[in-house]
Amino acid sequence: MSKDWPLWEVFVRARGGLSHRHVGSVHAPDGEIALRHARDTYTRRQEGVSLWVVPSAAIVASDPSDSDALFDPAADKIYRHPTFYNIPDDVKHI
Amino acid sequence: MTDILTEDRTRFDYLLRLGDDALILGQCLSEWCGHAPTLEVDLSLANIALDLVGQATHFLNAAGEAEGKGRDGDALAFRRDVLDFRNCLLVEQPNGDFAQTMARQLLFSTWQQLLFNALTASTDATIAAVAAKAVKEVTYHAELAAEWVIRLGDGTEESRRRMEAGLDWMWRFIPELFEMDAIAADAAARGIGADVTRLRAEYDARIAAVLAEATLERPRDQRPIVGGRRGHHSEHLGHVLAPMQYLQRTYPDAKW
Repeated sequence: MSKDWPLWEVFVRARGGLSHRHVGSVHAPDGEIALRHARDTYTRRQEGVSLWVVPSAAIVASDPSDSDALFDPAADKIYRHPTFYNIPDDVKHI
Repeated sequence: MTDILTEDRTRFDYLLRLGDDALILGQCLSEWCGHAPTLEVDLSLANIALDLVGQATHFLNAAGEAEGKGRDGDALAFRRDVLDFRNCLLVEQPNGDFAQTMARQLLFSTWQQLLFNALTASTDATIAAVAAKAVKEVTYHAELAAEWVIRLGDGTEESRRRMEAGLDWMWRFIPELFEMDAIAADAAARGIGADVTRLRAEYDARIAAVLAEATLERPRDQRPIVGGRRGHHSEHLGHVLAPMQYLQRTYPDAKW
């Protein structure tokens, strides 16, 4: 049966103020059942306060073979990191 | 009923009914574990089963205290025979296929949700507290069952046929849920229990709404079968109890 059902990606918000994080996927015939499957599969131990399910087919993913072009060029751009400032001692939360 | 109904006697019997309903349905649903149509459905059914066994633990422990003979929830669950169980006949009906299981779940959980809502006002502190906690669980059970009944009813030709057959099987056990015998009446009069006859209209409306969305006809009324509350059970209950009680009966007082 489940091979006939589309796949859904599951995102859980652990608590208010945090963003939803990807936790896995479920098979389900539609979004409503996907939500319930996600609830039963991924929030059994108080893992979250909110759920998203997204059709896996709706996700556009980068191609692993493109990763050199996509990600390697960032490796030597240290000037993109805000590491050249002297932080005054009194500034705590940065 | 020739016995005089003392408050403890009524409380004991009423708690047994609540506990046995949850225990037997929880055990039946557990039989799906590893056999459900999909992994996700397997988890859904196991979650519901565990919720129900949790409710049963509270109710049966309280029943043991009301009885005052030193029996706890485990003793009541594992050391009673068929005739001493007080669950309604609906919960001991066989799982059948997934549609039949969902038919049973819809009819039971919808009733249990309305009952627990009413029982939050019970004068018995344990019953009120367990009902208040469990009504959230049961609300989810009823919703999930409704979702599946709708999808199977308004699904393929085969799923519709199976859903109709499942509802046909379970339909005759509805009247027992709304029976007010001497114990139920005494429990309601004392404020321990609820008058289930007042829940019937809302129950019928909720079931009708689900059937309508599922594009299913209301099953034909059949001769109701009752007796579970007095220990008159179908042949299915023995088959539910045998694997459940095997260990404690073979190795009494075995510890985990």
